[in-house]
Amino acid sequence: MQDNALELFEVFIRSKRGLDHKHVGSLHSEDHAQALEYARDVYTRRSEGVSIWVVKSADICASQEDDAENFFDPNDDKPYRHATYYDLPDAVNNM
Amino acid sequence: MSDTIKDATLEYAIRLGDDANVLGHRISEWVSHGPFLEEDIAYANVALDYIGRARMFYGYASELANDGRTEDDFAYMRDDRQYRNLLLMEMPKEDFAYSQVRQLFIDIYYGLLLPELVKSKDDTLAAIAAKAIKETRYHLRRSRDWVLRLGDGTEESHRRTQRAVDSLWGYTHEMFEMDDTERLLVDSGIGVDITKLRDDWHRQVGSILTEATLNVPEDSWTVRGGRIGYHTENLGHLLTEMQFVHRSYPGCQW
Repeated sequence: MQDNALELFEVFIRSKRGLDHKHVGSLHSEDHAQALEYARDVYTRRSEGVSIWVVKSADICASQEDDAENFFDPNDDKPYRHATYYDLPDAVNNM
Repeated sequence: MSDTIKDATLEYAIRLGDDANVLGHRISEWVSHGPFLEEDIAYANVALDYIGRARMFYGYASELANDGRTEDDFAYMRDDRQYRNLLLMEMPKEDFAYSQVRQLFIDIYYGLLLPELVKSKDDTLAAIAAKAIKETRYHLRRSRDWVLRLGDGTEESHRRTQRAVDSLWGYTHEMFEMDDTERLLVDSGIGVDITKLRDDWHRQVGSILTEATLNVPEDSWTVRGGRIGYHTENLGHLLTEMQFVHRSYPGCQW
């Protein structure tokens, strides 16, 4: 079988302690069902997880490195978006 | 436990251990030869499950024998005529379709046998079976999936899968035959009456093969002999490789 006949999937695993699924890696597979089984065999062999998500890599829409300037830089000069920017009244002891 | 029952239970543990050990080794031959990386890792997991199962059965055999033989002695110091595995387990790995069809036949067999063995009056056998059931359920998901994909896949995969079904069919009858030893254990509530599992096995295998657009073979030829030590030429070659290190460096540890 040629590898290029198989699709690439991204694997997300929720560990026993975690509440969220974390990206752990990727794998090749024929379809979603097989991807789940391979995710189990490749990424949870040491009991890493209690729940697995698989997503076709092609279905992920990702931001581009080239866009970083106009995506993220404009936030750098807006400190008022952070709570620490504001002086708190004395009445608020713990924040 | 009377001596007769104890001897029979020892023989039973060796048989089940040999089945697991020989099949586990066969599957391990796929390591680094799998069709692609993910499948390579997945099938190696199955091999490890079987080798673990063999260790549990041999460990119990060693306890029952109580003559100083360890699990390693059972695995590495017996020749093919002393091995008691079913012939189906020792057949070569051949192509991937062949290995998966064999796996399907065996997974369905254990899917029926283990839930019965869990009810055994022998606590150790019941405990081993309870652990093995979960593994087998997963193995069956895989082998069923592969037989469906390959049978109902391309012209070549269909041809190879049908060839595997036809060439392995004659080795499946042995799985459902019992001798006096096993009958004694059935009567004592320790062993499983495997003759009763045959119809369910045929029904389940038949329905998967049909779904995979494969023909269910007519029963024609059949071979047996594994349980009394009459093996195909394949087992000798397998043991030569498996036992080499232990026999060349006795007592070697690392």
